[in-house]
Formats: sequence, C-alpha cells, structure tokens
Amino acid sequence: MGEVSRFWRESVHRYRLVAHKCGNCMKVYFPPRDVCPICHRESIGKMSEEQLSGKGEIESFSVVHDVPSPFTRQRPYILAIIKLDEGPSITAQIVDCDPGEVEIGKRVSTVFRKIAQQGESGIIEYGYKFVLD
Amino acid sequence: MVTVLSDAYIIGAGETKFGELWEKSLRELAVEAGLRAVENAGIYSRDVEVLYGSNSLAGIINGQENIGALLSDFSGIAENHIPAIRIEASTASGGAAVRQAYLAVKSGEYDLVMVGGVEKMTDVYGSETLDLTSSVLDREWEAFFGGTPAALAAITARKYMADFKVDKEALAMISVNDHLNASKNPNAHYRNKITVEQAMNSTPVAEPLNLMDCSPITDGAAAILVASENYIKKNRLEGVRILSSADAQDYLAVHSRKSIYGLDSAKIASQKALSKAGMKIGDVSFVELHDSYSIYGLLELEDLGFAEKGKAKDLVYNEIKLDGRIPVNPSGGLKAKGNPFGATGVGQFVEAYMQLNGKAGERQVKGAKNAMLHSMGGTGSMSVVHMVGDA
Repeated sequence: MGEVSRFWRESVHRYRLVAHKCGNCMKVYFPPRDVCPICHRESIGKMSEEQLSGKGEIESFSVVHDVPSPFTRQRPYILAIIKLDEGPSITAQIVDCDPGEVEIGKRVSTVFRKIAQQGESGIIEYGYKFVLD
Repeated sequence: MVTVLSDAYIIGAGETKFGELWEKSLRELAVEAGLRAVENAGIYSRDVEVLYGSNSLAGIINGQENIGALLSDFSGIAENHIPAIRIEASTASGGAAVRQAYLAVKSGEYDLVMVGGVEKMTDVYGSETLDLTSSVLDREWEAFFGGTPAALAAITARKYMADFKVDKEALAMISVNDHLNASKNPNAHYRNKITVEQAMNSTPVAEPLNLMDCSPITDGAAAILVASENYIKKNRLEGVRILSSADAQDYLAVHSRKSIYGLDSAKIASQKALSKAGMKIGDVSFVELHDSYSIYGLLELEDLGFAEKGKAKDLVYNEIKLDGRIPVNPSGGLKAKGNPFGATGVGQFVEAYMQLNGKAGERQVKGAKNAMLHSMGGTGSMSVVHMVGDA
C-alpha cells in the first residue's frame, strides 16, 4: 500500500536520522514536528533540523512472531523502543544478534537497512535499524 | 430562549453474536444489532432523529466508506432523511459514538439517538489483517518499522513487568477471568474456560505476550438507543441513565508518551467521568475495560483508579471476579467476548444495560447499581469513559 511519494518524502529523516529541535525550549523531537508540544505558538517558525548521533539505549523490546504481510520474510524480529542520547525515543528493529542477547538498558547504534517490501514487484523501503554496541 | 439540558438514558440495546461470522456482511451485522435495539426499546424507528455509526476499519478491510449512509439506508430509514454520521476513533470508536449521542441529547437538540457500532474483520486474512489493524498505530513511525498493536503492547508489558516485578501469571489472570465470564455469555466469541497454564503456554505472538494475552479478530455489531428525559416520560419508558461522559487524548505513538506503561488518557478520562458523576472510585459496582491485550487490563485497573501503579497484580486473583470487590468485564471483555473494533465500545453499553436491569443471567453482578465503561483507542492514544446507572 502507498505510492512512492509517501516513502520518498520521509527519506531524509529515515535515511539520515534528522530530527527537529525547538528553538524555544531546545527539546529535540523525532519524528520531526512542526509544533513543540511544550512551547506551542512560541515554537512556530523556530523548529530547526538537528542531526542525531544514532546512539542510545534499549528502553524495552519484544520478539515479534505474528508479523504483518510486508515483514513475513523477517519473522521473528526484535522490535524495540530506543531512548536516543539526544532525548527522543523511537520505535525500531534490533538486528544482527540473537534475541537472547537483547536486554533492557543495553547500548545500541543505528544502521541503514532495508525495512520492508510492498509485495513481489512493489517498492522496497529503507530506513534505520539498530545493532548492539 | 429557554435552554433545555436533558439527562440522557439508554432505553434499548441489542447486539449480534460476536465471532467469525463468515456468512454475514458488514451491513447485515449492523442492521441485525440495530433492529434488536429498536425491538428491545419498544419504539418505532421513525422516532430516531440521528444515527451515529461507530466503525474503525471498513474503508481498508471491506472497501466501504460512507458508513453513515450505508447504515441508514439498509436500516430502512433512508426516507426519514435523518442525519447519519460515522464516528471513527480507532478502537475507541464505540465509546466516542455514544459520547456524541450523550452530547446530542444533553444539549436538547435531539430526543432520540441511535448508536450502532459494527466491524466486519474477517473479510481479509492472516498477515494482511495484521497490516491493516496496525493502522491504529502511527503508520509512518511505528507500523512502518514492524510495529503491530501486539508488539507495542508487548514492549509496554516487558518494561512494566521489569520495573514492578510483575510475573506473566498476573497478565494471564486477566484472560482467565475474561474467558470464565464469557462462558456465561451466549453472545461471546469464545465461551471456553481457560486455565492459567494454558494461557501462559499458548503460542508466542509478541514476547512476552502469547496468543491468550491477545484479543481475537472478531466480527460483530452492537446498538443502543439514547433518549432524553422528555422522550422517556412522554412514552412511559424506563431507562438506564448515562451519569457522565468524558474523553481524553494522548500522543499517538507509544514512544512519544511520558511513560511507556502510563495510560494517561485512561487516567484523565476516568477522573473526569467520576468527578462529573459526583462519584468516587469505590462507588463503582463493576467495570468493563478495554483489555485488547492482557497487559492493558492491569494498566487500566491502575490508571482508571482501582489500584496504585504496579499493584494491579494484587487484584487479578480474586477481586476482579464476578463476586469480587470490583468485578471486571462481566461480558467476557475484549479477550473472550471479542473485539470487533467499532462494535466493542458499544457492546460494553449493551452489557451494562442488561446488568443494570438485572437481566444478565448467569453472569449477573449481584446488586450492581452502576458501571464504569472504558473504551480505548490504539495503544492508549485516546480513552472514553462513561459512568452509567445510579450514582
């Protein structure tokens, strides 16, 4: 589902982990937001791009066995919420390890990977995943 | 100008059986529930002034939008030319639609409102269903990366279990209780009782959650009629009063929230609903809560106000039973009565209507005066809480 533009327009954020930073309170948001939920109107026009380091730690995770159709070839996969060093938490897969090695609190870093494929001849989507440090 | 503020009463309720209903379509389910509600109330459909249709996924599962028109048309009231509008608030659509009915009556604009909730989920299969139901999450920043409703609930569960030293057995007890109650509900999707061992040893879905921690894919419809005090008096009807109604939002994605196991939407909506009804949590006779995943049963017991954070595990062995201090999900809940998204929240009102009229049969909560009904969207992005019955 979805046309090329839906994936293409998020490329900068998904390929390079570019966040938004509120120029009023300096809080960093990922995914990017046009309005800061703390500063509201004070933030308008003051949200600027911020490059994230791609480093953080595992807040929690799941080993997912029952997976949606675009992910059938990756089953089972590890999905985590990762607290990035710059502040925001994000949802992403942890790869290149055994599920038994993954623990809450472990340090991780981002890698660039294929995320999913829309059917046999559909779009191949890319973005970030994480590996254990 | 005289402003009329009317109380709102449920005067009739009906539902279909919940389950995998291969032989029935979206519209057939909706009409069946609606006709039962009208028959139950003993009114004429020509009296209905507005129809709110609760539905979450018909656009992507059944390829059908324009749900208001569909429901009005096949309910046989197209020529009444009354407004018919779909209310979509993900898995909280049911509670949200009843709230619209409550506001419509309360404002004095309408005297009789119908709410019909329906979901026809089995028209797609397996992993495709999972891709579509993942649309209740943030598609671009959760589902895109492999997030599913169960996976997000599982991530929440693991952190909660670690921080509060809660074991899997406490989660399983939520499902065991749902199945026990559903065994006494002829309309429930699953009427088999399960043991805690069966629940804990079932197939893993998203670790630490197993199949028996997850609500099923269910077809079904539920409908209620909400009337003003004026309408009730004029037609000499009896009703169950909607004491209060409240809703609250939170961030769409779990990763954006203050805590990955704090359901702030449930907390705020329940506090508002209790306060508007002039009630305390200890006054609640029973609760129907939105346990789409067993972990949410525990979190909701806490955030709705029945237990301190981390302490719901102390309630799940005895207190939540039908004869316990705070009976939970006498209907069988989302795990066992079933979870047809748009119908789920409306179905809670059908249960409360039966319970508060003393007509719930074997699963009757003895001496029930009132109920708290909690409908939640997605992983907690929205909660709608209603208090019904007598304060």
